[in-house]
Amino acid sequence: MRADPKFEFALRMGDNCLILGQQVGAWCGHAPAIEEDIALANVALDLIGQTRLWLGYAGKVEGAGKSADDLAFLRDARDFRNALLVEQPNGDFGQTLMRQFLFDAWHHPMLDALTGSSEPEIAEIAEKSVKEAAYHLERSRDLVIRLGDGSDESHRRMQAALDALWRFTGELTTPDDVDDALADAGVVPDLAGIEGRYLGIVRATCDAATLALPDDAFMQTGGKIGMHTEALGYLLADMQFLQRAHPGAAW
Amino acid sequence: MGAVATRPSVDEVWRWLEDVPDPEIPVISVVDLGIVRDVAWQGETLVVTVTPTYSGCPATTVIALDIEEALCRRGVEEVRLKTQLSPAWTTAWITEAARERLREFGIAPPVDGAACAGMLKARPVVACPRCGSEETERVSQFGSTPCKASYRCTACLEPFDYFKSF
Repeated sequence: MRADPKFEFALRMGDNCLILGQQVGAWCGHAPAIEEDIALANVALDLIGQTRLWLGYAGKVEGAGKSADDLAFLRDARDFRNALLVEQPNGDFGQTLMRQFLFDAWHHPMLDALTGSSEPEIAEIAEKSVKEAAYHLERSRDLVIRLGDGSDESHRRMQAALDALWRFTGELTTPDDVDDALADAGVVPDLAGIEGRYLGIVRATCDAATLALPDDAFMQTGGKIGMHTEALGYLLADMQFLQRAHPGAAW
Repeated sequence: MGAVATRPSVDEVWRWLEDVPDPEIPVISVVDLGIVRDVAWQGETLVVTVTPTYSGCPATTVIALDIEEALCRRGVEEVRLKTQLSPAWTTAWITEAARERLREFGIAPPVDGAACAGMLKARPVVACPRCGSEETERVSQFGSTPCKASYRCTACLEPFDYFKSF
């Protein structure tokens, strides 16, 4: 018995937003400049808003009466479907930015293509989210260029971040049976088309940032089927603590 | 005193909603902002269709409560708020009069057609809401609320918010 592929897909989209939003939100009050602090909090807020849309839809597709909050706070790591990239630790500001950029470079063309989904609710969520993702991409790409092509120290940190994170990007554009089934039905785009647009943005940005894309081709996969890195467990322990300790607590 | 006899017309409800201010920017109403998409009676229930500005905007919940409260105060007994995502909200829906009030309040109104499409491109000319100078610079694409960017005027040196095109 497999879950409805639309449920799996909505979890993937929603969990990407939730986990990245939770990570980025942790910078609030700690960013290197006040404008960046505000920008990070704004991006986190957009992502949490998008999470509510995706997980709300996922709950409806599943049909088990679960709300977006239930899905966010009451699943364990094995049931999360986010990409490995977004759960990687914040690291320094450079690593946070590079993680954001690599995600945005995929997220924006993905949402753009999803506005044409044959599933009206998915198309609507994408139509709403793509406008926000455009602003995220503009910012992260601008900063990756400025810091990559900046001082020796900022260049070193951005290259180190790219080297550390690159191995987690492959699964974003590698289709599995969920993607294939939905692509056949016109619900999601063919990931090969997204890969072209994503790599175009990544290459142009890294060129302008004087950063070298790692040439080793090994890509770690697993997030889409719930096989996560150790970072996710720590994050969930923090994020879900309140609901685990006080089930049903509400404002 | 039957509810039907006192049931306000849809036009009247729209006028009432024009008095419900945006909780973050009280000089403009929820109607000015363009987020009220429809008002209709379904039987005895007044259905108000609202679209969110930004998906994570914390004001969304407050706006819904404010609308319900305003209508309740006017004697509408059954109100249902419906959220609609598509067509996605755009700053192009902000009325002319509201743009003028934003400017007076110290917020530069959106420059239509300048919404970000994800690519680095020339930024719109945003005039300073205080002195009118076009010699301004962007400090950050993000500001005190999701809908605003932080700018500063290099002529009068005042910082200001820009209601970014979306």
